[in-house]
Amino acid sequence: MRLLAGALADPASVLGLSDAAWTELLCTAHAERLAATLAMRVEGLDVPPRVQAVLRNAKLNAEAGRVRALWEVEMCRRALAPLDVPVVLLKGSAFVAAGLAAGQGRLVGDLDILVPRDRLDEVEAAIVEAGWEWLKSDDYDDHYYRTWMHELPPMIHRDRDAMIDIHHTILPLTARSRPDAAALIADSVALENGLRMLAAEDMVIHAAAHLFADGDLSGGMRNLWDVRCLIDEFPLKGLRDRASFHNLTREVDRALRLVKVVFDGAQPTNLSHRLYINRVLARDGWGRETRKGLRFWFYVRSHLIRMPLPMLLRHLFVKWRKGRAGG
Amino acid sequence: MKHQFDVQVGPIGFRVGSAWASPIAALTSLYAGYPPVAGVADYTVRLEPQTWWRRFARPSVAIRGDYMLPDALPLPLAQGLLAAEMGMNLQLALGERRFLLLHAASVEKDGQALILTGESGSGKSTLSALLCANGWRFMGDEFVLIDPETGAMHPFPRPVSLKNASISLMEAALLDDDRFGPRLAGTPKGDIRHLRPDAAALAAMNRTATPRLILFPRFGFEAAVRHLPPGEAFVRLTQASTNYTAMGERGFEALSRLVTTVPAKAIDYPNTAAALDLVASL
Repeated sequence: MRLLAGALADPASVLGLSDAAWTELLCTAHAERLAATLAMRVEGLDVPPRVQAVLRNAKLNAEAGRVRALWEVEMCRRALAPLDVPVVLLKGSAFVAAGLAAGQGRLVGDLDILVPRDRLDEVEAAIVEAGWEWLKSDDYDDHYYRTWMHELPPMIHRDRDAMIDIHHTILPLTARSRPDAAALIADSVALENGLRMLAAEDMVIHAAAHLFADGDLSGGMRNLWDVRCLIDEFPLKGLRDRASFHNLTREVDRALRLVKVVFDGAQPTNLSHRLYINRVLARDGWGRETRKGLRFWFYVRSHLIRMPLPMLLRHLFVKWRKGRAGG
Repeated sequence: MKHQFDVQVGPIGFRVGSAWASPIAALTSLYAGYPPVAGVADYTVRLEPQTWWRRFARPSVAIRGDYMLPDALPLPLAQGLLAAEMGMNLQLALGERRFLLLHAASVEKDGQALILTGESGSGKSTLSALLCANGWRFMGDEFVLIDPETGAMHPFPRPVSLKNASISLMEAALLDDDRFGPRLAGTPKGDIRHLRPDAAALAAMNRTATPRLILFPRFGFEAAVRHLPPGEAFVRLTQASTNYTAMGERGFEALSRLVTTVPAKAIDYPNTAAALDLVASL
């Protein structure tokens, strides 16, 4: 994993790698969904022909994925155009649609959009009208998403098998921090097609919030790479003020620090950074997840930070009872 | 991983790691005569215990690797070879983007290739194995790899996976049985026995061929031949391709070119002798 981080940050470092080292590098890059990103980074360098062939496969995959992602963006634009509502693309879809460095070779999963909370009902109706369907029909899950989460229950398109996540903010409503969703939308930037992306500062803040205040750090390397690309591409003069405005200073500082440690050879300054680093790098040259204990702790933590403990216990109890009932 | 094996099959290199020695020993024996990976493997397959204690107690092999199916069932350790084969197929089926993949067998003579495709049980594996016993070169019986840029077919001569009745058929047809793998009884697909392609097929694993005829064989009917219009062949082949959709426009272009330049026929046959006569007549 250190090999991968080094190769992304300093592509020339791959020159002279042995076949065995390349095999491990390509395997970990693939497992972290960064193989095409690696391919774009080392493009033009003199790498062995067999490596070229593997990287070409990754690039072709990402290119076809990019076309599909842009098509999903366009389908969503058409569905929502009559509403005259600001639609902000988030994460991979935004990077790719805006042609950002972070979108180079980026595999885009679901289409993530952010819309004003008071327009959610209209947006949801228009999306359903355009052929997306709810994935979960269970009443509790539906209630869980609508009451506590930052997004509607995930939906999938009945013909194209593509998912859409409709957000009204960037963190669960039950999390400790409450970013200002109205400001995220008000300060977003228009793209050529009329859709929008977050302001550069807010994109970094969103990535940091997702990493440290929401998930269990799976895919952490890719998220940190997103942050590094954004920092490189934009001046981000107001980042600290903006982070403090959204009450996410700690998360943003941590993201900036980890980027420096993982990609640019800085030393971790405290024990918690070291734990995060170890979690982000927890994969071996066969693509296997390592450090099971640490992974489990971050998994538990991801639940603890999503909602207060009593609420979490109630949630787990409901889930457990449903599991026993065979649901 | 503790035990490992690598093999080059045509343009594709595989690396297989295993928590147990026996699947690797079986692979080494079945793939005798194949070259090792030339440099760097395209795909990694891992054979791992489902949970750590399943390494020892009723060992069961989970098929993992670069690409995985979330709901794939583990196999008993005695079927570790099958797990490895399924793992290799899965990597290509889900991960390959350089070549358009058709789930089909193919054989070649004088640089001209015959593609045999159809549902499981149509007899494409058995037919291709028999054709190869009659002077054709074996190119593969799992996947046909088509280069979208040139339209050429790349050989992918993995061992033939013979199932149920075709095992004894081939055992009778081929007396030099050192090319057979172990008989795997009671797998999810019934009895399976692998057959390594002959030395000529392995020696020519880097020699591409031009597709000349696409056949959709169907076993158990009166001998008949029907010409398939390109549109029907196209639709049938999209169903036989594991990566047509994922390849996007390149997949569409490659398949359109194939069906508009290569004739397609549906052939029905009552027995293998009739099938060989039919193919010879085309």
